[in-house]
Amino acid sequence: MKIYRIHALICAGAQCLAAGGNGFEEALKNELKKHNIEEEVCVVETGCMGACQLGPLLVVYPEGIMYTNVEAKDAKEIVEEHFLKGRPIKRLMWKKEGKEEFPGLKDIPFFAKQTKIVLRNCGLINPEDINEYIARNGYKALAKAIVEMKPQDVIDVVKESGLRGRGGAGFPTGLKWSFAANQDSEEKYMICNADEGDPGAYMDRSVLEGDPHSVIEGMMIAGYAIGANRGYIYVRAEYPLAVRRLETAIKQAKQAGLLGKNILGTNFSFDIELRMGAGAFVCGEETALINSIEGKRGEPRKKPPFPAISGLFGKPTIINNVETLANLSVIIDKGAKFFKQFGTEKSPGTKVFALAGKVNISGLVEVPMGTSLRKIVFDIGGGIPEGHTFKGALTGGPSGGVIPMEFIDTPMDYESLPALGTIMGSGGLIIMDETSCMVDVAKFFLKFVVDESCGKCVPCREGTKQMLKILERITSGRGQKEDIDRLEKMGKLIKLTALCALGQTAPNPVLSTIKYFKEEYLAHIIDKKCPAGICQFSALKEGGKKHEAKVTH
Amino acid sequence: MEKIKSIEELRKLREHARESLKVRSGETKVKIMVSMGTVGIAAGARDTLMAIISELEKREYHDAQIVERGSLGLDREEPVVAVERDKKTVFYGKVTPEVAREIVAQHVINGQIVSEWVIAKE
Repeated sequence: MKIYRIHALICAGAQCLAAGGNGFEEALKNELKKHNIEEEVCVVETGCMGACQLGPLLVVYPEGIMYTNVEAKDAKEIVEEHFLKGRPIKRLMWKKEGKEEFPGLKDIPFFAKQTKIVLRNCGLINPEDINEYIARNGYKALAKAIVEMKPQDVIDVVKESGLRGRGGAGFPTGLKWSFAANQDSEEKYMICNADEGDPGAYMDRSVLEGDPHSVIEGMMIAGYAIGANRGYIYVRAEYPLAVRRLETAIKQAKQAGLLGKNILGTNFSFDIELRMGAGAFVCGEETALINSIEGKRGEPRKKPPFPAISGLFGKPTIINNVETLANLSVIIDKGAKFFKQFGTEKSPGTKVFALAGKVNISGLVEVPMGTSLRKIVFDIGGGIPEGHTFKGALTGGPSGGVIPMEFIDTPMDYESLPALGTIMGSGGLIIMDETSCMVDVAKFFLKFVVDESCGKCVPCREGTKQMLKILERITSGRGQKEDIDRLEKMGKLIKLTALCALGQTAPNPVLSTIKYFKEEYLAHIIDKKCPAGICQFSALKEGGKKHEAKVTH
Repeated sequence: MEKIKSIEELRKLREHARESLKVRSGETKVKIMVSMGTVGIAAGARDTLMAIISELEKREYHDAQIVERGSLGLDREEPVVAVERDKKTVFYGKVTPEVAREIVAQHVINGQIVSEWVIAKE
């Protein structure tokens, strides 16, 4: 077997590629060729390492040195100085804030303070090489499940682990499986929901791009547990790199005999197909997703019957989110006890957040459930950019709400967040400072929902539109005193009457911002002022209706 | 790639695949440090380095990492190679490719220090 003295891992997540990672890799390879050391250096395109803001990233082993913001022009220096002479390039290394100190990979707070279960392989292995996944205990859990365990044992371990659905609702995974397992049906289906649609959220994409086999293995374990032989991965067409990596992974798994008939000499057979979503947010809702796979219009169905009883093609179907599935092999391999040592009693394990907005190091972070927002924003994310102050964080995207400063020490778990009027959601975490207008933020997410509402039920189709009209009125300085009451009344009604989760959660950002930032709404309505200076009222002051058409937001 | 037909075959493949990823954990049994200062390179440190890699490859030994570093100041003894194993570091001087192969075979893999070429111990 070939020995490489240097392993150079280039982050090849979609963000880093967009930031110019592609050009760097080519330049690096050219330099290696020029100096005739291609045979000594193993260049690996790996998945997202998390610190997306500093990308493209390059990690060099065995030293474990991380280079940030590498460009094609840096390749020459890295090869000539570091690879040939062993002198790391300080200019490009991760620096301690404001100091000439260079912590090793394990001492950088952004990485050191995370706990990685779901992202255990992201940024460490080549996602297009099944051998590297196998080296990191890949498919070991699957083998254990199908050779040594009965389906019911698998369900019991997952129940015992307390794993809850990471798509947002937090329903206990093992319990969900048992519904489908108890159904007597020849055909059952296992679906992976990779239709990640929340603005600002990209946890699932990073897992698919960085460690696709972990999702495939999770699906197979779930399929074995419920008695399904066929799986579908429903992935957004907007994630071309994730699709490509999944296709490669499925192909390699089939070649290795890990997908197909009589896996590892057992009676268990399983096959996976990819289905591409056409960009409708509602198709992340499980019944709309099922309709979409069946080739029908992506509209939600009435529940009950729940998919576990009658789902895809009328057969018992389990739909799990990408992150949920990526947890499974660790739970089966290391046991429920191992998993439960992380997180809280009712929300065990970890959660991946996509940290975005007004924060120093935005990117992907995985922390134990119950970690405080303060720790995520300040200890891991490096705080708010200089001169600004934290105002609030939005969790759960268009279905969630805000956490204001006074609750920054709240543990992030499935119990504490709903108590504040928000939700865990899939993991989007948008940080806001005093330059963010809360009314404008609420309007942004409501606008998103209005665009994405499928139109099947009246409360969601009409209700959200009327709410948006009121918000547009408020943010252009024409708000009326009764508007806040109207928004609250309508929001509560939509929550009670909408058909699916999209509508039921759509008013959350509005209701939550009213709850914590009512004075900002009042400033817009009564003082005709936007405290953050985002909403513009100037045209109104100058002459009322005549100029209204020119008002821009 | 060939089909994996049993849990045993999967285990074997895992053990094998794990070897080549050892470097990325930074936790290898042996650390080989080659001085790559100007004098070292002039004295043939590149050839020494290549000999180390090829000997490791020949003997299929993956539990070692190779680190390049600057000159230690001992120009007279270049190329200088240090081997860290069992918490002890041994410095070798005037390491030609032939000596390097011997060091890999004796010290790196089997823990037998090649006393003939030792210049210092830590």
